Amino acid sequence: MVLKSLVLPSFYQDSVALMRVAQALRGEKGVREAAALMGTPSNHAILEQAGLARALGREAGPNDLILAVRAESEAAAERALAAARELLSRRRAVSGQGTAPAPRSLDGALRLLPGANLAAISVPGAFARREAMKALRRGLHVFLFSDNVPVEAEADLKREALARGLLCMGPDCGTAYLNGTLLGFANVVPPGRAGIVAASGTGLQAVASRLAALGEGVSQGIGTGGRDLTARVGGAMTLFALEALKTDPGTEAVVLLSKPPDADVLPRLESALGSLGKPAVVCCLGAGPPARGAGLWVETLEDAAGAAAALLQKKPWSPRPFADPKDIRARLARLGRGSGAGPGLLGLYTGGTLAHEAHLLLEPHLGWIPFNEEGGSSPHRIVDLGDDAYTVGKPHPMLDPEARAEWVRRAGRSRDAGVLLLDLVLGKAAHPDPAGALAEAVKEARAEAAKEGRRLVAVASVVGTASDPQGLAGQVARLEAAGAEVLPSNAQACRFAALLLKPGLAEKWLKGAA
Amino acid sequence: MSLIEGPLRVVNVGLELFAKELRAEGVEVVHVDWRPPAGGNPRLAGLLERLEELDQQEG
Repeated sequence: MVLKSLVLPSFYQDSVALMRVAQALRGEKGVREAAALMGTPSNHAILEQAGLARALGREAGPNDLILAVRAESEAAAERALAAARELLSRRRAVSGQGTAPAPRSLDGALRLLPGANLAAISVPGAFARREAMKALRRGLHVFLFSDNVPVEAEADLKREALARGLLCMGPDCGTAYLNGTLLGFANVVPPGRAGIVAASGTGLQAVASRLAALGEGVSQGIGTGGRDLTARVGGAMTLFALEALKTDPGTEAVVLLSKPPDADVLPRLESALGSLGKPAVVCCLGAGPPARGAGLWVETLEDAAGAAAALLQKKPWSPRPFADPKDIRARLARLGRGSGAGPGLLGLYTGGTLAHEAHLLLEPHLGWIPFNEEGGSSPHRIVDLGDDAYTVGKPHPMLDPEARAEWVRRAGRSRDAGVLLLDLVLGKAAHPDPAGALAEAVKEARAEAAKEGRRLVAVASVVGTASDPQGLAGQVARLEAAGAEVLPSNAQACRFAALLLKPGLAEKWLKGAA
Repeated sequence: MSLIEGPLRVVNVGLELFAKELRAEGVEVVHVDWRPPAGGNPRLAGLLERLEELDQQEG
């Protein structure tokens, strides 16, 4: 086995570009392992850990690109590195706008596009404040995708934004719909009457997609970042966004999705909801309705969309554990009782809000479930693979499904896991075929478990629409072909997973379904 | 929405993927060929930012 590396000095590439180069390296004949990383301290540690570090690469700095391969022969390693260089030089040639080289700064970009009104910022978190502040001071609204941004920086940015009457969506804002334009990871939904204010990404995606399935659409979808309703940030952007939707003529009903607000922020939030003058649905995952106050408070993302559609369509609505209890009974009958299955549930999520929702829905039924960290006494675990802790220097798992696929395969070898709980998020900017890698891993994991006489049930839900580039029906079919049980929403997938582990819950949830 | 008049016109700083998606949607977008400032050293970049802040306050 030969280990070879190459350093390209002053050759900064973003995390998505690096992922593509690494994939290309791994795809070359004779290559066993490969990496394409900028020479930051954390990436040097990753290379050491993977056994891919070499003296040459250790000297590389954060703006230098390191390519490293372990291959069967010297020739194979050389061939792979040459192919990667070729790919990189092609990328440089086609990037930029038309024939002119891309500007190197925000001010350079503004000279090319003087009427710009929004900056989309997705640089590494350590550098995000500087770029976002510059954009706000030039009068641009900000869509801040970057994560790992300190909360103090967030509070500063939002203060600046409010003083200028601008949106600062994020940090860690994955999705927005503004004036008919989709920003970040977004599902293709029709324009419509529902205005959504949401903490970050997948909650907004789940509700927008569900609304589309119910015949509605989105007027505006404004992200705020997951920490907006904390005491430190004070609900700055949520309150500002609600005010904007109040006066937006295209918005007939408002949906607010968030984590539980800080006790000091809640009264201001309630007062803003009370003065909207439009019906509002509130889903603060983990918080019930306050004693008094405006808005229809619901427990799940699916219910938020259902309630909003019903309000708009002037139809009655009430929450239900399963949309089709008969289908659930049929699935349970087909699967039979959990003979030989492990006792534990392993939730592997790419969507943070979906992971959080699963945790809240399942703990009352399964007992304590460790979130992200490994649990000592609990057989269960839910992991949000898009969490900051798992994405430093790496693309989000919605862009690179391989990271999760490895976790799924490991679950096949685990004695604990009986039920795998999964999400799959489609839409613009997401991987072109996320179900492909996941389905393959699920199939392998199930086969691995079966070899040892264990049964591993995969339960999944898909956030997406028929108009998404990946196509909802095809992605669902791929997962089903791999033996996964695909439920119509995350909440229903969670309840179905709970039923597999605690069959007694059927009494409560499936009463009356033949 | 009165907050933003007319269609979005976007400056993209960071993942080039987002600029490509917007262009495909027909949105006017300029992508910035961004590199980490101060040679990618976050501490030096922080100092640089503080100097810029001082400039801003004085200017």
